[in-house]
Amino acid sequence: MKKRFTVSVFTEDIVGILNRVTIVFTRRKINIESIAASESEIDGIHRYTIVVSESEELVRKVVLQLERQVEVLKAVYHKDDEVIYQEIALYKVPTNVLAGGGEAEKIVRSHFARVLTVEPDFTVLEKTGHHSETQLLFEELEPYGILEFVRSGRIAITKPMRTLRSIVNELELNNTN
Amino acid sequence: METLEKQITKTKNKTMTGAQAVVQSLIEEGVDRIFGYPGGAIMPVYDALYDVEDKLTHVLTRHEQGATHAAQGYARATGKTGVCLATSGPGATNLITGIADAQIDSTPLVCITGQVKSTLLGSDAFQETDVIGISMPVTKWNFQVTKAAEIPEAIAKAFYIARSGKPGPVLLDITKDAQFEKVDFEYQPFVSMRSYQPVPLADHVKLKQAAELIDQSKRPLVLFGQGLILSNAEEEFKTFIEKAGLPAAWTIMGLSALDSEHPLNVGMLGMHGNYAPNKLTNECDVLIAVGMRFDDRVTGDLNRYAKQAKVIHLEIDPAEIDKNVKTDVAILGDAKESLKQLTRIINPNSHFQWLKRFRTLEKEEYEVVINKELNPDSDQLSMGEVVHCINERSDGKSVIVTDVGQHQMVACRYARFRKSKSMITSGGLGTMGFCLPAAIGAKMGAPEKQVIAIVGDGGFQMTIQELGTIFQNDVPVKIVLLNNEFLGMVRQWQELFFEKRYASTHMVNPDFQTIVSGYNIKSRLVEDRSELKDAVQEMLDSKESFFLEVRVGKENNVFPMVPTGASVSEIRLK
Repeated sequence: MKKRFTVSVFTEDIVGILNRVTIVFTRRKINIESIAASESEIDGIHRYTIVVSESEELVRKVVLQLERQVEVLKAVYHKDDEVIYQEIALYKVPTNVLAGGGEAEKIVRSHFARVLTVEPDFTVLEKTGHHSETQLLFEELEPYGILEFVRSGRIAITKPMRTLRSIVNELELNNTN
Repeated sequence: METLEKQITKTKNKTMTGAQAVVQSLIEEGVDRIFGYPGGAIMPVYDALYDVEDKLTHVLTRHEQGATHAAQGYARATGKTGVCLATSGPGATNLITGIADAQIDSTPLVCITGQVKSTLLGSDAFQETDVIGISMPVTKWNFQVTKAAEIPEAIAKAFYIARSGKPGPVLLDITKDAQFEKVDFEYQPFVSMRSYQPVPLADHVKLKQAAELIDQSKRPLVLFGQGLILSNAEEEFKTFIEKAGLPAAWTIMGLSALDSEHPLNVGMLGMHGNYAPNKLTNECDVLIAVGMRFDDRVTGDLNRYAKQAKVIHLEIDPAEIDKNVKTDVAILGDAKESLKQLTRIINPNSHFQWLKRFRTLEKEEYEVVINKELNPDSDQLSMGEVVHCINERSDGKSVIVTDVGQHQMVACRYARFRKSKSMITSGGLGTMGFCLPAAIGAKMGAPEKQVIAIVGDGGFQMTIQELGTIFQNDVPVKIVLLNNEFLGMVRQWQELFFEKRYASTHMVNPDFQTIVSGYNIKSRLVEDRSELKDAVQEMLDSKESFFLEVRVGKENNVFPMVPTGASVSEIRLK
């Protein structure tokens, strides 16, 4: 049974590790639905947030194979209800549509979208939320003409309380023993 | 103390080129032999090698693939890390097959490739290839060095990663400018890194659970793989199975870790393995896997594999747990340590009735398969009788190196071993062409041992150019060519599963005797049974390399066999 999982991979900050991480998925022909790379709270440790839809059994195997990579410190997976997650979407729409008042303004208000810039030709809106929320705004703006659209990969904070710091401390301690 | 200080000042603050630092680092790691092939982007390292020929012998193979297999053979025969060297571009890509082989068979290998100048990276320069990208899926770790200052630590780290935990190949790609650049050389062995925990610690609770299962078991079966050899756990393993009277069967990578004549050795697992351990895998009540990874060639159909048994898995790599076979008790850790602890807490036991089951099935296999293979009633020679003849005359003390195919399965089935690290074969990848170069490396690593390459006519021609390496270096390796003028294993499958449609499996071969004579290698051709014993003896007695070609039955099959998709207990005797 396929389900959506968020895989979080914590790695050393080095060239090429992203490639090693994605190879583990592509070898098994698993489609990465979204991927976000960023720093973590610890200097020098990067994290990748990867969303896949697969069986839990397969995701568990993948996570172990990710941890097998020499420069991966830790890999974990969570179901949607175990993480707090967000995506960000940016929408470029013609300014005259918004300036005309009426419907477009209602849409922006009801979605709590932010206006990032207003240029004579276009306006850039921002909306953060789950995929379904940013998608809804997209669909409602579409009739007015979207000039450009982009959505980030999911970023997620896990609900379980084990901190990365404590994990890293344990790994470092194991090595000194 | 004084000498230590002297040594430190000797290797500290000494200005040298990056290329010299490469060579010096290898010497610091205790490397005395490397295999390789020069070319433009690695020339500075070769130039540095020229100055240290007394300490570090470079073996020039005839192809970079040969260098990797030779380094593998060397590593497998010695337990040390194999080292190979190649240039950028095609030199680097030619390493890939051997690296992939080492990755799947957990062989410690350090491969060093030259690379174009760092300023040319990514520009499609002459002989530039993205070897870091290409090798990533088949290396345990790889790294591109663009500054001379990075060299000592990168090499120290490479050796540490290659040989620790579950060993594997690593690749260092060193740009040419880094090889020329000057560096103050200081070498420190690599100790640890936080992101890499090579040996997980055995869990006492799990050990206790495993011991309980073993103690209660009426029909236990142990499966062992190369993990035993890699952790030097052969003695601990023997003590373990002897204490509880556990029948033990092996994967081809585990072959030779337990004496072939040991009363608890119940034979070979898998597709062409022995009848008894395959059949009884589906009858045992506790299955104890030690340092093996349940390859599909071992398990057959997983849905019908040992479903009745509780499974205990002793394994160093957490990613192997539950990967193929669901485990009831997983004991992570180094096999040597885990076995020691487990042996301490299990009860002495014996399983005579259960062992008898194995002996009965063995008898059946002997009558239907083995006897015919070793004592054929036809005039045609069989592969098995050649292997048997070698056994009888070398007392199980030879190192056997095989290629891939029918002869490999026959060698694994019929060769007898008394010492560990004596079977060197390409298990996971099934690399044809492995044998000849691997045998060269094995002989160089273990010159005191008789090293016998058993090869088919297909695989022999894949790396036949390495006869030149034997010739140039006077490597007294013995080559037994089992010539059936077919790609025998594929032909066997065509016969059994493709209605005898022999597509591209017949080989029109050259006169191998003439070829080897060009390399000044003594040789003999056996076409008649009456000459076999004498020819094998002549080969074994030869102080130099020797090529023995035996014409064997062209359409012989290897049995027993677990057909693809079948369960291990559906193993066919004919």
